[in-house]
Amino acid sequence: MHFKTLTSPHVLGETSVGQVMRRVLYAMVPGATALIWFFGWGVLVNLAVATVVALMAEAAMLAVRNKPIATHLADYSAVVTAWLLAVALPPLAPWWMTVIGVLSAIVVAKHLYGGLGYNPFNPAMIGYVVLLISFPREMSSWLIPQGIGQAHALSLIETLQAIFNGLLPDRLAADALTGATPLDALRTQLGLGLAVADIRNSPVFGIVAGSGWEWAASGFLAGGLWLIYTRVAAWQIPAGLLSGLAVISTIFYLIDPQRYAPPWFHLWSGAAIFGAFFIATDPVTASTTPRGRLLYGAGVGVLTYIIRSFGGYPDGVAFAVLLMNIAAPTIDLYTQPKVFGARRG
Amino acid sequence: MSGLFPFHGGLKTVRHKTESNQQPIRWSALPHRLTVPLRQHIGAIAKPLARAGERVLKGQMIGQPDGYISAAIHAPTSGKVIAVEQQPVPHPSGLPDWCVVIESDGEERWVERQAVDYRRLHPSEVRNRLRSAGVVGLGGAAFPSAVKLNPSGHAEALETLILNGAECEPWITCDDRIMRERAAEIIAGLHVIAHLLEPREVLIGIEDDKPEAIAAMVAACAGTGFAVRPVPTRYPSGSVKQLVKLLTAKETPVDGLPVDVGVQCFNVGTAYTIYRAIEFGEPVISRTVTITGHVNQPQNLEVLLGTPFSELIAQSGGYRDGVERLIMGGPMMGFAVHDDGVPVTKATNCLLAASAAELAPLRPVMPCIRCGACVDACPANLLPQQLYWHARAKEFDKAQDYHLFSCIECGCCSYVCPSHLPLVQYYRYAKNEIWAQEKEKQKAELARQRHQARLERLEREKQERDAKLRQKAPASRAVAVENPPNEAVAAHSAKAAPPAPEPATETGQRSD
Repeated sequence: MHFKTLTSPHVLGETSVGQVMRRVLYAMVPGATALIWFFGWGVLVNLAVATVVALMAEAAMLAVRNKPIATHLADYSAVVTAWLLAVALPPLAPWWMTVIGVLSAIVVAKHLYGGLGYNPFNPAMIGYVVLLISFPREMSSWLIPQGIGQAHALSLIETLQAIFNGLLPDRLAADALTGATPLDALRTQLGLGLAVADIRNSPVFGIVAGSGWEWAASGFLAGGLWLIYTRVAAWQIPAGLLSGLAVISTIFYLIDPQRYAPPWFHLWSGAAIFGAFFIATDPVTASTTPRGRLLYGAGVGVLTYIIRSFGGYPDGVAFAVLLMNIAAPTIDLYTQPKVFGARRG
Repeated sequence: MSGLFPFHGGLKTVRHKTESNQQPIRWSALPHRLTVPLRQHIGAIAKPLARAGERVLKGQMIGQPDGYISAAIHAPTSGKVIAVEQQPVPHPSGLPDWCVVIESDGEERWVERQAVDYRRLHPSEVRNRLRSAGVVGLGGAAFPSAVKLNPSGHAEALETLILNGAECEPWITCDDRIMRERAAEIIAGLHVIAHLLEPREVLIGIEDDKPEAIAAMVAACAGTGFAVRPVPTRYPSGSVKQLVKLLTAKETPVDGLPVDVGVQCFNVGTAYTIYRAIEFGEPVISRTVTITGHVNQPQNLEVLLGTPFSELIAQSGGYRDGVERLIMGGPMMGFAVHDDGVPVTKATNCLLAASAAELAPLRPVMPCIRCGACVDACPANLLPQQLYWHARAKEFDKAQDYHLFSCIECGCCSYVCPSHLPLVQYYRYAKNEIWAQEKEKQKAELARQRHQARLERLEREKQERDAKLRQKAPASRAVAVENPPNEAVAAHSAKAAPPAPEPATETGQRSD
């Protein structure tokens, strides 16, 4: 009898790119749920708009590039990019901002650089940074966290009105709804000469960081730990990032606790935890060697702190990730593991 | 030093051991015709000793080792040699090789056998006996054992002797069964090895999914000083360098052998054949083979070398419907054979008939997403994805910078790759390309040297002639007057003659 001759290994594991990406989506659910709870339906609308636009843009680009559309849509990578971007957008961001962000991410940052696996920069962060630079005012006006069921909260219909028509209900003035993010508030008021301890008494702050924000961060932490447990994300990157951020913020906090926020505030604020587990861990654009990932993570952490504390933007995770993306190939080159049986040193 | 020292990476794979490890080993039926390859080992092909038409006895040497790294081949049964010719053999290349084809007479008449007391013989005499008994490593590599049993040439005494009963590949259970059934004989063989190598300690590594084998080996080791070390079931713990690391913490150098760090390693099946060779004077004419997968009665058979795969399948109840691939060895490192008519060799530890149920489904290959799952899985601590990028881009020198040749082709990277990239295939391709280039380079270098040598020879001959002429000229001018034309012709024809024939033939032979 004759048989097919293919080369070993003849058995393979059950994993696939689609499975990896789907797990990232599952892991985002707790954090995204907390965001929806505290910041209203807008978060959900943004997620929906971003997903639809991302899938359409992905399909169009695949068609242009002559790639199998169904196979690549089933890898869920476009949905992951869409979600990563959507949860970073202000909950009442006008719909066209979401569209611009997603198109920048999928069309430019991903497909024009070669598509899945070839893009040097994190697509979601490119989309975010394009919006942050182009529309700084809209990007920094976040809702005041108050939860879906509360008096001032917008209904789903009102949210849709705000996002698609730019109309807010008559009963509410824009000022009552939106305000600075905790990181923004801290920066502005430090600029006015206030001490950290006094600023922290403002209602925008909760137990360790921004009220509401800290719950979203905790949700993302839970999801992120599950990603590490399932080995979808490499532990070295979040570990490096969070310890890099913790170390540098502790140093400054010890130097002058009146001018610099404590490390736990930094860890639980803005996109630190979300970035550590979901953004910086994007395998395509991060470092790939075990030691390199630690360094890469630490670099993102330190740069995030520097941009937050001394730069012009309220949060620095996006810029820090993009800057470290540039450094990743070099880090990989110098952090190759010692091959089995190679001489030490 | 009783702890274990885990190697980096590795996998928990599917196991599929219970299909075939429940029943005792049976002898396979004597086939009518045996096709015995003369190359069943690493090294030079054995020189045929039998001619077509000759009658041979069971155990009679029919192939003589040719050189130091070579092994003897014996007739597995008595009968008539009907041909010495090229036949299909189980080899990944699919190319035929020289075989002695024997028609059995069904009488199983043995050649005269002689047991010896190895303790009274000179070690070199014991090694010679094993060499002429055709003992090679039965773990799959089939390296001539006598070479590994020679301690001279290694300055330092052997620290550790390891007996490898890990059997980490899925599906294969032949070592499991022989450890359960022949533990005392294996240990007797191990005594011979230890006698020759005089190691400081003797360790037996067995994966902990084989409790019965471990119990049998522990019992057989009582009072010997040999230590059974159960190791975690983690592929590829049976790979030599990984097992050495696991048991001794020593890393075998990149381009070295375990003996370079004072360790020598033998398979349990090899120890058994050493025992048979010494205690009974029996050469290696059979081995235990696992027949499993999509067959009706998976089992372990003791098989005469040269038996066609198809007969073993038939004795195992035949194929079940839907067999797509027939794999010699395990599913991780074994190779698929094109035809089940090829014979069992000393390297055949398992026949795995694989249907879609046993095989990985064909899934679309996606681009590498640099997730690094391969880095975490690689037991050689390589960066498989960098190797992949460079192999794919045909940047072979860069692939070598990333230690391509440290790759043991265990398949862990392919197994965990979410993009389903055929990574191992890329590495094999790159290695083959590099070997081909090296061969080209050597050929070119050889041609250059030959050209140089020829120029030098012509120059030398010219000078000698000139010198002769100068000597002759004054002594016999009268003769010289007659001679010059002749000599001129001779000199001329020497130049015109094709360069000495030896280079051309050598080139022809070197290209194998």
